[in-house]
Amino acid sequence: MSLGLAIDDAPAVTPVEGAAAGRPAATGRSWFRSTGYVLLGIGILLALWWVGGWVVASNPSTANFADFAPVPTFERLWRMAISGEAVRMALPSLGRIGGGLAWAIALGVPFGILVGRFKAVREASSVPFQFLRMISPLAWMPIAVMAFATWNAAIVFLIGVAAVWPVLFSTAHGYRRIDPAWFKVARNLGARPWHMLFTIVLPAIAQDSLAGIRLAVGVAWIVLVPAEFLGVTSGLGYAINDARDTLEYDRLAATVVVIGMIGFTLDFMCEWAVRRVSWAREE
Amino acid sequence: MPATRPKKRRPGAHIAVAGVNHHYRRSGSDVLSDVNFEVQPCEAVALVGRSGCGKSTLLHIISGLTLPSAGEVRIDGALVTGPSPQWIVMFQQPHLYPWMTVEQNVGLGLKFAGRPRAEISERVRELLHLVELDGYSRRNVQELSGGQQQRIALARSLAVYPEVLLLDEPFSALDGVTRRALQRDVRRIAVDMGITLVIVTHDIPEAVAMADRALIMTSDPGRIADIVPIEGDRTDREKRGAFAQASQKALQTAFERATGRTADGPLAQTSSGNLKVIAAGHR
Repeated sequence: MSLGLAIDDAPAVTPVEGAAAGRPAATGRSWFRSTGYVLLGIGILLALWWVGGWVVASNPSTANFADFAPVPTFERLWRMAISGEAVRMALPSLGRIGGGLAWAIALGVPFGILVGRFKAVREASSVPFQFLRMISPLAWMPIAVMAFATWNAAIVFLIGVAAVWPVLFSTAHGYRRIDPAWFKVARNLGARPWHMLFTIVLPAIAQDSLAGIRLAVGVAWIVLVPAEFLGVTSGLGYAINDARDTLEYDRLAATVVVIGMIGFTLDFMCEWAVRRVSWAREE
Repeated sequence: MPATRPKKRRPGAHIAVAGVNHHYRRSGSDVLSDVNFEVQPCEAVALVGRSGCGKSTLLHIISGLTLPSAGEVRIDGALVTGPSPQWIVMFQQPHLYPWMTVEQNVGLGLKFAGRPRAEISERVRELLHLVELDGYSRRNVQELSGGQQQRIALARSLAVYPEVLLLDEPFSALDGVTRRALQRDVRRIAVDMGITLVIVTHDIPEAVAMADRALIMTSDPGRIADIVPIEGDRTDREKRGAFAQASQKALQTAFERATGRTADGPLAQTSSGNLKVIAAGHR
């Protein structure tokens, strides 16, 4: 069981290819073509959704669920966007994600550095960490509910428990890739311990830690919705449950779209951040 | 007063290595035994020996990056107890920091010393001029050739106003033309700036081109077997003229007398065709 396990399915860290060298951007034609494929993919997804909606609507036994189709969904989404309802339900969720991720980073990065730095820590922590990592965060739900005074804190805890592992393992992996001579050179040039941390270690591991954070955001976003089925009365998970209870299937589907769009945006931002701090070149 | 511009031209530092013994704790093997020598201010000394004779370990001990099991190193009378920007090691690989620009790499030691930004960028410009890489300050270090990277490493070492430069086979990974140019430049800069040089090499032409004296080391355990002055005008030696060949031959003979074997293996691999003939003639 290697500590690099979590990395294997990590999104490929895209290095800044020739960014500094000012390599010319992709030519107009290839940009046109790749945009075309992206639009085609979206089009196929919408078409499948539309066909599904049509099948549901045309069958008398499922016709009650016809509002799941794209047209009612997007009409509802538009109204939710204009009324501010979409933002109102997303903000508490984003707050909880932010809280959970903040904990995951605050614990995962320092522990990852320790695991990467000290062989003893690595060996001692390997089995416990891999064991804890394999427990579904939702399995902690009853314990979280008992342990925390508020529902909100319990949800933040669940997100943190889900998100901490990719951050920790990626950071440890990044630390182990550091060239030991970088420390020697820095010591020789007069680096103090804080220089070593902020000028050498953190920039050296940033791309790996951020790749871990990107994975963590993905996991956290997935855990968020079921976690918000817990007692809270705000957030996207609550909105889904509420829409189901009130039989507003267009609202339910619109919420699903909102969840997807925010998740996509978060991942895109992480990918951008990873690209920004990447220094490794493809061999 | 580290990393500040000296008020006037210095004479270079004096190095005294006294009774240095070193053994590896893990394997228990002796690497160095009773090593004693002095280097005069502004002198250039080559440590010549076969691979594994402990010459790199000795260089690390002089730099303070490794502490000897017994004995001491004094630089200008002060006991060396750790690394310092006043005595800088240059390694076989440049070990530049890939997330930093050329300018940030070169100015790193001054940044550690807390010098103001304007002073650092002025000093970096000065050094890039010295190593003939003007206009490279914004470049990504990974885009540079091996020789250019080693020049940047040289600039980074010189930026902190060192009194001693310790070279651990820093040119051995470079092609012949680049290597010779760098040997010449380092020697010229050391003379101009008043820097004492210690060069670890297994390349006799390199020792002849750069050093005033060669310390021949034997292995198991490493000790200084002979100290050979390198005769002949240095400018001629740099150009590898007639005197240089005579000096090479003299050093070669001394080397073989001290080590009791011909300089085959690594010596012949990195030396000029001329030396191969000499070495072959002695077999």
